[in-house]
Amino acid sequence: MGRYILFRAAASVPVLLGITIIVFFILSMIPGDPATAILGSYATPENVARLNAQLGLDRPLVQRYFIWLGNLLHGDLGRSFSLNRPVIDEILERFNATVILSGLAFLICSVFGVAAGVISAIRQYGVLDKLITLTVLIGISVPSFFLGMMMILYFAVSLRWFPVSGMYALYGGGDLPDLISHLVMPATALAVVATGVVARMSRSAMLEVLRLDFIRTARAKGVRESRVVLRHALRHAIVSILPILGLQAGFVLSGAVYIEIVFQWPGIGRMLVDAILTRDIMLVQGGVLFVAACYVLFNIVVDVAQIWLDPRLGR
Amino acid sequence: MTIMKTVGRTVIAALAFALSLGFTLVSVSASTPDNVLVVGQIAEPKSLDPATVTAVNDFRILMNMYDGLVRYKDGTLEVEPALAESWKISADGTVYTFTLRSGITFHDGTAVDAEAVKFNFDRMLDESHPQHDTGPFPLSFFFSAIEDVKVIDGSTVEFTLNAPYAPFLSNLAYPTGLIASPTAIRKSGKDFGRNPVGSGAFRFDSWKANEAVVVSRNDDYWDGKPGSEAIVFRPITDGNTRVAEMLSGGIDMMVEVPPVSLSKFSGSDFSVVEQAGPHVWFLILNAKEGPFANKLVRQAANYAINKKAIVEDVLEGTAAIAAGPTPPAFAWAYNESLEPYPYDPAKARALLQEAGVSSAKLTFYVTQGGSGMLDPVAMGTAIQADLAAVGFDVEIKTFEWNAFLGEVNPGLEGKADMAEMAWMTNDPDTLPYLALRTGAWPDKGGFNSGYYSNPKVDSLLESARSSTDQAERARLYQEMQTIVQDDAPWVFVANWKQNAVTSDRVQNFSLQPSFFLLLKDVKKN
Repeated sequence: MGRYILFRAAASVPVLLGITIIVFFILSMIPGDPATAILGSYATPENVARLNAQLGLDRPLVQRYFIWLGNLLHGDLGRSFSLNRPVIDEILERFNATVILSGLAFLICSVFGVAAGVISAIRQYGVLDKLITLTVLIGISVPSFFLGMMMILYFAVSLRWFPVSGMYALYGGGDLPDLISHLVMPATALAVVATGVVARMSRSAMLEVLRLDFIRTARAKGVRESRVVLRHALRHAIVSILPILGLQAGFVLSGAVYIEIVFQWPGIGRMLVDAILTRDIMLVQGGVLFVAACYVLFNIVVDVAQIWLDPRLGR
Repeated sequence: MTIMKTVGRTVIAALAFALSLGFTLVSVSASTPDNVLVVGQIAEPKSLDPATVTAVNDFRILMNMYDGLVRYKDGTLEVEPALAESWKISADGTVYTFTLRSGITFHDGTAVDAEAVKFNFDRMLDESHPQHDTGPFPLSFFFSAIEDVKVIDGSTVEFTLNAPYAPFLSNLAYPTGLIASPTAIRKSGKDFGRNPVGSGAFRFDSWKANEAVVVSRNDDYWDGKPGSEAIVFRPITDGNTRVAEMLSGGIDMMVEVPPVSLSKFSGSDFSVVEQAGPHVWFLILNAKEGPFANKLVRQAANYAINKKAIVEDVLEGTAAIAAGPTPPAFAWAYNESLEPYPYDPAKARALLQEAGVSSAKLTFYVTQGGSGMLDPVAMGTAIQADLAAVGFDVEIKTFEWNAFLGEVNPGLEGKADMAEMAWMTNDPDTLPYLALRTGAWPDKGGFNSGYYSNPKVDSLLESARSSTDQAERARLYQEMQTIVQDDAPWVFVANWKQNAVTSDRVQNFSLQPSFFLLLKDVKKN
């Protein structure tokens, strides 16, 4: 198992490197440059050239990439052009917020998704199954940013249950209840689609397992039904549900981008959008690298968990 | 059955938890604290170092934290004393001597003296200055006329310019000319933009990325005690979210209300404030080649476009019809006698016939959005339809803002016949000087992307720039406007009225023609 983790970690290095190359060159290829973005109306060729020189952008592209890579190996992600501060400071300040938001969303989609899938499966074609299937279908079909806006209008503006946006109250906030009140709406909006996907996949995984011989045997032995479902069937089905959860983690992380915009959540997704609009290549590189690393790490965890649950896969 | 019970119980428990959470929060009211003004901004500031920023969004915060040598008089774009209590201009217009107000200190306790003023300009302009590396300073060319800054004594500072340059004073009133604490800049270096120290009405408190910038009252402010204990600037990028925050009481004031949302604030709980600013939205016409090389065709385009419909229907009344290249907000330099081109398709057709042009094919560059561009896609579509009605066949090409600037700024030659553009400036000199002179063609480093050229306009602009007599400058600019309007190098479309909404608790608030947000005297009850 140790060797497997080591192997996976080593294999993720070229993945991350490839991502940085792609991001770097795509950003250089799209029209517009940081100096034009910063100068706006005042971007005369002269001013642009002067600012580019000050930003170090007058060097050839490949050279700039290797300078960036060299600095990265020293743990230096560079300085953001548009924010005029170290990229790592900005990322660390924002990262917490994204982890909290997508973490809760992931938790919601895992717990509710699997629970709904299990209920659906054991009540196949029953009223409850149909109800869940319909709800899931609606959930999958509603774009999360739209859902977010509707939630703001109803729960925050009309009912005033929750604050509209932000992460903490500006005054007198900062504690856990304050955080939760700000978190409920964005996390729910972010989780809805993923919950639907997990529910569908869990349902079919459970249905498959419930048909197997060992379940019949267990029931024949007189094992309690709750034990059959939870200990025997779910334990078995979870092996095929886990990779779906891994994929949903990526989905939730990327969905955080627009949810963060709608709810003004001070996370890394919002930061990336701004950075792309201002062609802030350092910030984009740093942010993407960080998010990609998280995604890769999470998938390693999922794969390891899968092997741990089903040792046959490790051989 | 047991399994159903277990699962059912769990679901019910979870629901109960969620609901109880909801109900406990009913008591959490969204109202903002007393004496603290919460402002909904359109974006996160880039930096709070005035020498390094370019966006109006950042200026809105900076103007409350820093002072310049001079500032715009309330409700105008004319300069008046600020940190400098008086100044003298030499007869040839190249030496400006400022006398500083005595006893003023930065928020860190150090003195605002002649040395501090010199430090600020040297930092921007002198590449060998030890703190020059705290840049880049994208707008430092506002002060490129400065040859030398000399400290005469503690309270007297002298600027020598390389040539007479009339916009110098209003450039000093611009945020790029705000004076920051040299001690703090030396201490924080490149991070000064996150640890700003000025001498303004409010001192910097804290900045949490993408959450809020908080500034608190400077009780010793030289120009009277500010009205609020603190101001919180919240970046809320999404216009709909900003409106929702305003409606729910999460913010006391918001700027740049989306036109379609204005009707939501018609009740007595809110007041809507409007102010026309130094903004002009226009179409650059390619005067070098194609149909618009003919003045009659350019005039025809001005007659063909229904500006009233654009301003009232597309922009919901958030802009006024533009008459010429200079916005009326520059009251002292504006030519009151100019009348906008009326909407007259028949006249447009007649002009086209006179020019011998029929069914010309045009390429029209449109942007998806950008600084000051209002609603460019909808406006572009309306313009396309109006031009089609008089016989033009207009093909729209749409670009994202930075790509758009990359296409338009180098000039339209060989690519397009017309392009949308908008400018916000601080002096009547800036836009015509950078975008209408022959010397401002793209290959000469300017923004005259449509290659307009009129020697008379060139000489008027040069003279206006070197005169230090405001009445003389006004006369020159007014003459320039008359000529440019007739030559029609652009289609003059709209002057944007900036808007803001405040809650009924906010008092003493008004918007400035400079588009800065001055909050010193604003009170909240």
